[in-house]
Amino acid sequence: MVSHQPPQAQDEWFKPIAKDTEKAETVVRPSLSYWKDAWRRLRQNKLAMSGLFFLVLLTLFAIFAPILSPHDITTTQYAKQNLPPSSEHWFGTDEKGWDVFTRTWYGARVSLFVGVAAALIDFFIGIIYGGVSGYKGGRTDSVMMRIIEVLYGLPHLLVVILLMVIMGSSLTTIIVALTITGWVGMARIVRGQVLQIKNYEFVTASKSFGARTPRIIRRNLLPNTMGPIIVQMTLTVPSAIFAEAFLSFLGLGISAPFASWGVMANDALPVILSGHWWRLFFPAFFISMTMFAFNVLGDGMQDALDPKLRR
Amino acid sequence: MAIYIVKRFFMMIATILIIATLTFFLMHSIPGSPFDDERTSNPTIQANLEKYYKLDQPTHIQYLNYLKAIVTFDFGPSIKKPNESVNTQLARGFPISLELGLVTILVAVLSGITLGTFAALRHNGIVDYGAMAFAVIGISVPNFVLATLLIQQLAVNLQWLPPATWSSPKHMILPTLALATGPTAIIARLTRSSMLEVLTQDYMKMARAKGLSPFRIVFRHALRNALMPVVTIMGTMLAGILTGTFVIERIFAIPGMGKYFVESINNRDYPVIMGSTVFYSAFLVFMLFLVDIVYGFLDPRIKLHRKEGDA
Repeated sequence: MVSHQPPQAQDEWFKPIAKDTEKAETVVRPSLSYWKDAWRRLRQNKLAMSGLFFLVLLTLFAIFAPILSPHDITTTQYAKQNLPPSSEHWFGTDEKGWDVFTRTWYGARVSLFVGVAAALIDFFIGIIYGGVSGYKGGRTDSVMMRIIEVLYGLPHLLVVILLMVIMGSSLTTIIVALTITGWVGMARIVRGQVLQIKNYEFVTASKSFGARTPRIIRRNLLPNTMGPIIVQMTLTVPSAIFAEAFLSFLGLGISAPFASWGVMANDALPVILSGHWWRLFFPAFFISMTMFAFNVLGDGMQDALDPKLRR
Repeated sequence: MAIYIVKRFFMMIATILIIATLTFFLMHSIPGSPFDDERTSNPTIQANLEKYYKLDQPTHIQYLNYLKAIVTFDFGPSIKKPNESVNTQLARGFPISLELGLVTILVAVLSGITLGTFAALRHNGIVDYGAMAFAVIGISVPNFVLATLLIQQLAVNLQWLPPATWSSPKHMILPTLALATGPTAIIARLTRSSMLEVLTQDYMKMARAKGLSPFRIVFRHALRNALMPVVTIMGTMLAGILTGTFVIERIFAIPGMGKYFVESINNRDYPVIMGSTVFYSAFLVFMLFLVDIVYGFLDPRIKLHRKEGDA
């Protein structure tokens, strides 16, 4: 058996190294703010980044493609009815002789506008309602929450359909109808967040320094609830786009020539069996891709902004 | 528990009442009468028609009549098909829609849970990636797009299955497939994520340490706990499936409730719209109520959570 003799401890091993009082406190690495950290994590998520890339591209096309397109989509051109995709009409033409490529980008404008507008309005109503409810607490909160619980039970699409029937179909009515029912989810999330955060120490600290309610809400509560709110917004956009397409498909969409993707798909339904596949394929493809992009981006943002809630 | 059920019950009644009231006053805010077309321009005929549909009475009386109609479940005659009552249409269409809905939810729950469980058990394996790819696609592709693709490929090109109607089990495959894919994807994702969480818990280690069979561990110990979130979303999922039947029935020419509803929207047939909206909403709200009760029984902690008040 070999016994290991430990080396004799020597005094110089335990001498303190020279302290550098000047540099000890310097920050070596750049400090990462919450948003920078989230962005760093999001960038590692390839799927979410490709979703983001697709959406940026889609937005650019939606803005510029209709302007640059040489095709007229306001007057009927019988000579060019239902042409398959070619070098002149990349996505083919429809039964009015309109270029499907050009119409697709007008559709992108409508769909993106509806989605983003619905998400923004939900956001404003949601943070005000949810913020007040969560911050005030007590009786106010329970009354406001009862209202939300009842509204939450409403079948949203049915209410939207009803509103569309009554108000007539236009871009504004779609957005109004979608937000009348849509803000509830956002308000619930904001309230839950505010309820949790308002008891944190930094809010108490803020209060003890004499900060008033508006300042606390603006400086302490809102910035810290932003993560889940942004995730919710990213997921609101595709559901609004889907709802718009769904309504258009039921015949409650906006009218020609500036059709949305849902309207284009609906118009294509009767002719799909006669082999004009491009009429349905392109709007359907872009609806699906946009929903896909927003969904993966939303998932990625959720992981990036809210690591605790990672699913 | 009893108090909770009673509370939920009254909330359900309140929700239904709100929907009914909303529907009524929205419908009455439309200017003009439903008989303003040229066929009935004769004032006497119009007066008689209004009398027949009880539209000549003051609004509050009409409202009371309407509430009575809801309680007694008698929505009166349809305007566009005067010899048919709204009840007849509901009785003819609803069983078919219910059948479609039930088959869909059954397929979605079974295949979604299976897919999600296997994905979680083979975390980061091929099965997992495959299942999640399917899930993201299933969530992104709108059901009406899927439906038309299925008809075109499986029914028209390959001639495997009948493209439309609802007369035999074979006819049910395509509509169910189109309607169930979205919910299946959502359930699969949810099951997977909550299963992954459950699998890391200490009691799973305990179960393995006790030497239980893998089958028993997965089904008795893991899945039972992992299915809680799935139960929570059943209510909203039902709403989605129900509204989804509107377009699916339209595409596949299934004579269900959705077909009548869409028809009544396009015809502006107000009694039918009102009747079916209230009926559908009441059905949905009742389902939400049931889901909540079931959830309360399955997970006794729910009441505690409610008291804490976080969303």
